[in-house]
Amino acid sequence: MKLTKQEVEKIAKLSRLELTDAEKDKFADQISAVLDYVGKLNEVDTENVEMTAQVTGLENVYRKDEVDQLDFQKELIKQSAESENNLIKTKSVF
Amino acid sequence: MDLNQLTIKEAQQKLASKELSSLDLVQDCIERIKKTDKKVHAFLNTNFDQAQKQAKEVDKKIKKGEHLKTLEGIPCGIKDMILTEGIITTASSKMLQNYKPLFDATVIKKLKENGAIILGKHNCDAWGHGSSTENSDYGPSHNPWDLERVPGGSSGGSAASVAADQVIYSLGTDTGGSIRHPASLCGVVGLKPTYGRVSRYGAIAMGSSLDQIGPICKTVEDSAIVMNAISGQDKLDSTTVPKTVPDYTKNLQQGIKGLKIGVPKQAFVKGLDPQVKNLIQVAINDLEKQGAKIEEVELKTLPYGLACYYIIMPSEVSSNLGRYDGIRYGYQDKDAQDLFEIYTKSRAKGFGAEAKRRIMIGTYVLSAGYYDAYYKKAMRVRTLIKQEFDSAFNKVDLLLMPTSPRPSFKIGENINDPLTMYLEDIYTVTINLAGIPAISVPCGYVNNLPIGMQLIGKQFDEETILRAAYAYEQANGWNKIKPSLK
Repeated sequence: MKLTKQEVEKIAKLSRLELTDAEKDKFADQISAVLDYVGKLNEVDTENVEMTAQVTGLENVYRKDEVDQLDFQKELIKQSAESENNLIKTKSVF
Repeated sequence: MDLNQLTIKEAQQKLASKELSSLDLVQDCIERIKKTDKKVHAFLNTNFDQAQKQAKEVDKKIKKGEHLKTLEGIPCGIKDMILTEGIITTASSKMLQNYKPLFDATVIKKLKENGAIILGKHNCDAWGHGSSTENSDYGPSHNPWDLERVPGGSSGGSAASVAADQVIYSLGTDTGGSIRHPASLCGVVGLKPTYGRVSRYGAIAMGSSLDQIGPICKTVEDSAIVMNAISGQDKLDSTTVPKTVPDYTKNLQQGIKGLKIGVPKQAFVKGLDPQVKNLIQVAINDLEKQGAKIEEVELKTLPYGLACYYIIMPSEVSSNLGRYDGIRYGYQDKDAQDLFEIYTKSRAKGFGAEAKRRIMIGTYVLSAGYYDAYYKKAMRVRTLIKQEFDSAFNKVDLLLMPTSPRPSFKIGENINDPLTMYLEDIYTVTINLAGIPAISVPCGYVNNLPIGMQLIGKQFDEETILRAAYAYEQANGWNKIKPSLK
């Protein structure tokens, strides 16, 4: 199976990645090769097999719903590319 | 002997007996780094001033005859995937080039509580993506056994630095082999703990159901000492398990008489270098001579481990790297015209090729129409893998396999062929899918390049693999041989 350029563009958009044309060609080949390889899982019979998302055996680990004041809240905001009055600044959504 | 060549255990004893000062030890490591790191490139950032200050404080304590904690006064390096307050932490990516964490990862907090001295941050493949450190945005590290070759990855800087005696030990992270693979290629000891044993809080997330932090050390005993310091439940990581942490050093010397070691038939197949296979066989014979019972076991799912991993891991990567939006922290592209472009341009320039590939593979296998065929399928195969390990451990106490299929390769040799590079992890990824512990311990050389063997344990049974690795190491002493740095 070979991904088309349109498919790569769609994945890139979903991934929020701007790609050059050269990258689109390269990734189409490389990702197709990986997808072919992982297709090998179809040899395994998984009929009636449960899914495993994690392996600790832990279930529903709760903590108290309490507000904890960070002592470096202002510094944290300053780690953003742009901030003003202790708020993160960015371009408008619409 | 230069002090930088000491193990943790030796340094502990010499500091306690006032035979050496922490400052001398730190100084020797700093000198070694200055002398060798142009060749090895194990470090991205150093923390020498702070380290020297800390060492002087430890020496005051020694002078006063105060009791020292287990890692007190002993210098280490930390993989750049682990957050260190006030020391730039980049994950070897341009995305986080100037990122200075405001808090320590739990493991760093624990190391500091035990008196550890951090000399700096170790290079790795960016975001932990790779088996050679060639994916670092700051250039590769070099293998001290042959500087034209890779140290393995992704914790390659850590393993190379420990092998080159720049630091006494390092912490790495392991999602699919990233501690064990470079440990194998550099001739040092690397332990990936059971998932849930060590807190992941403050580790830059790669695959959250797979990631673990663990030690890279010169000896098995040192690995046990570091495990004692970093293990345990953490309320900041809800996947850590409320289980008592044993003293990992306690049973090391008990020997392996009667221990049942399983050797999976499926591990010795095409793709395994015949000389590596030979060394593993010699090691198996050695363990048998020491009283272990060797049994062949079936792991029919082993050949599917890598395919399963290359669905689950990129899925988790695509989700975890979603947080790098160019806004809250990390790189922002200033040419962006609107919000969407802030995302797409910042991520295009901040991420390297491998991160982009994995984000896109993950996005694809999770996308509508493909989710069932790829992601759900992989989660089902993961169940079968886990079940097969469980049933193997009903019959044997531990399993033995190669760590890597071949010795270190030349820098540049695999860089244009991602799939071949992925095959480096064929023996390690399955362990992460099952969430069980494994250690890589040196077992000889092929053409003067080190090879590691992998001992795999039951969930939360780090003690048995440490004990077996210790028995093997004591009988063989490969770790006494030092690289030439040529």
